[in-house]
Amino acid sequence: MTSLAAVEAQGVTKVFGVGPDAVRALDTVSVTIRENEFFTLLGPSGCGKTTLLRLIAGFELPTAGDILLHGQSVADQPPYRRAVNTVFQSYALFPHMTVAENISFGLEMRGVSRADAKKTVDEMLVLVQMSGLGGRRPSQLSGGQQQRVALARALANHPKVLLLDEPLSALDLKLRQGMRSELKALQKRTGITFIFVTHDQEEALTMSDRIAVMNRGQIQQLGSALDVYEKPVNRFVADFIGDTNFVIVEIIGAENGWMRCRGAAGLEFMASPAGNKKSGSATLAIRPEKILLRVGGNHGEIVQSVYTGTDTNYQVRIGDGSGLNVRVQNAVDGGSPFTVGDKVGIDVPSGAARMLQD
Amino acid sequence: MAEAVIAGSVPTPRGTVEQRVSAAQAAAERVSRRTRWALIAPALIVIGILGIAPLIIILIYSFLKPGAYGGVIPEFSTNAYVQFLFEKDLFDESYHFTTAHFQIYARSLGLAAFTTIGSLILGFPTAYFMATRPAHQRNFWLFLITLPFWSNLLIRTFAMFVLMREEGIVNNSLLYLSILEEPIRIMYTDTAIGIALLYSFLPFMVLPIYASLEKLDFRYVEAAYDLYATRWHVLWRIIVPLSKPGIVAGCLLVFIPALGAYVTPLLVGGGKSLMIGNLIALQFAGSRNWPFGSAASLILMALVMIALYVYVRYGTRKSGFAHG
Repeated sequence: MTSLAAVEAQGVTKVFGVGPDAVRALDTVSVTIRENEFFTLLGPSGCGKTTLLRLIAGFELPTAGDILLHGQSVADQPPYRRAVNTVFQSYALFPHMTVAENISFGLEMRGVSRADAKKTVDEMLVLVQMSGLGGRRPSQLSGGQQQRVALARALANHPKVLLLDEPLSALDLKLRQGMRSELKALQKRTGITFIFVTHDQEEALTMSDRIAVMNRGQIQQLGSALDVYEKPVNRFVADFIGDTNFVIVEIIGAENGWMRCRGAAGLEFMASPAGNKKSGSATLAIRPEKILLRVGGNHGEIVQSVYTGTDTNYQVRIGDGSGLNVRVQNAVDGGSPFTVGDKVGIDVPSGAARMLQD
Repeated sequence: MAEAVIAGSVPTPRGTVEQRVSAAQAAAERVSRRTRWALIAPALIVIGILGIAPLIIILIYSFLKPGAYGGVIPEFSTNAYVQFLFEKDLFDESYHFTTAHFQIYARSLGLAAFTTIGSLILGFPTAYFMATRPAHQRNFWLFLITLPFWSNLLIRTFAMFVLMREEGIVNNSLLYLSILEEPIRIMYTDTAIGIALLYSFLPFMVLPIYASLEKLDFRYVEAAYDLYATRWHVLWRIIVPLSKPGIVAGCLLVFIPALGAYVTPLLVGGGKSLMIGNLIALQFAGSRNWPFGSAASLILMALVMIALYVYVRYGTRKSGFAHG
């Protein structure tokens, strides 16, 4: 089975305002989102992720470029002609309607018969575990319940594509974690393409089939959770997702497919190469949990130790004064093997360090 | 309520501690109730003296007999109310049914309804336009809407003369454009009163609707578009219901004063087309029939109360949104 494109953005640019105040929210973004995919747009606020979502929904029109839904250009169609539905960040449940009226609103607008609409509403209430609450008003529901109603209202229309604009951001932590697996399960069961906007990397990593990491109106990297975490293409992605040490090194030469590099205090790294960079100085990205510390070495000194439950985070000062963040999983008894002031040796396994292009 | 929660939260039977807690709460409640009354008293006194007392006087007067030169003779009589619908024959003193007063009330209700509906139709789009301007422009539009309040109603009503009289701007323009062959008579008709009332009360419709539209969260509008609603549906299913408090307030603010309008019908109606306000004023001045004037006022009040009751009943049954 070939995976078809559910949504395609072709060279989409969106500029807000005119003249010197103009803001380029999206800058020639092209992306193809496949059918039945859980696709996440991840980035800091102002990166253009919500703008891209609103362009797909039809709330904004692109300044340049085209949006295709299932191969058909929709750039000039109003939102009510597009077979996509949105779960809004604030839910935007109609306050003057009951839960059931909210869910059946889209069906009614499309001229679905009353009996069919009622049947769908009941199905949706079961789907989001809200049976029996159809007569309530949104103001009588908790945040989590409102979230479910917003989902049900969008899903009732059986859209091919569901757009979710930071839908979990208003929930508290426990609820958010529960909703993550529910959303993922719902997406699998319904087979609907989910386009999910978030600034929360953990949400993105745990739910998505593919993630587009965005910054300054452009997609920085597109790939699976594993790709963007393990193989960040640039400093922004490495920095935005997870914790990262950036180490400036001198390239010594290629060796068995790795690039041998030397940093401060004589530390050597076997880094995965970036492009055709073969000499000079470079920046390596190294995840804190991939660095190994050993007693008795003399690469650096532990200057800070923070216990976080599962791990301990150490701040290690290396010869010239630069620091490395190292995360070590705690032992069975919870004890921490190093204390502040300890001299330690540092081992970085081959491939744990990744050379960045910029 | 708080007491019940505390008592309910402890599974053991009511003990001394809880009793003491509830006793202390009751004492605190008594004090706060006393403070509340003290704070409310000035307002109650003002309303009592300026609002309730005159009403009681009018109620009493309406059941007395008129004095020959105004005032009242302290003798009980229901004549004022009988007079509203029946006319006493001067010769045989028998009563005949008359619709003269009824017609004035009907005309007033009609004109007030016309003013309310007219200003709603004109005012809602205006308010919507204002509320959807960028925030920094809205004050300018608000200023324009309140501009008429800067001059006296009397002067503004006289200005209507210039527009509506036979050689007025409206007639001359229509004649010039060959839309009319001869001037139409607008002044001193019900039409003139309706137009003048509409002009006077339009801001009272625009302002409350603007206030609720300005607070309207346009994400609901987006959500409705997302759920396949067309512009028409969005207007009737989302915007109008959500701005209902403003629409209700605007209708009341226009309908009630329009029903009792005095200056506008006096000037623009030329004394030929009376409204309730003029009828009442006439009783206290020219006719010197204070009891009938009082009765007419109370009947007007009753009409307003009935209209309000119907509105509240209708509004609450429909959606319950008027409460919120």
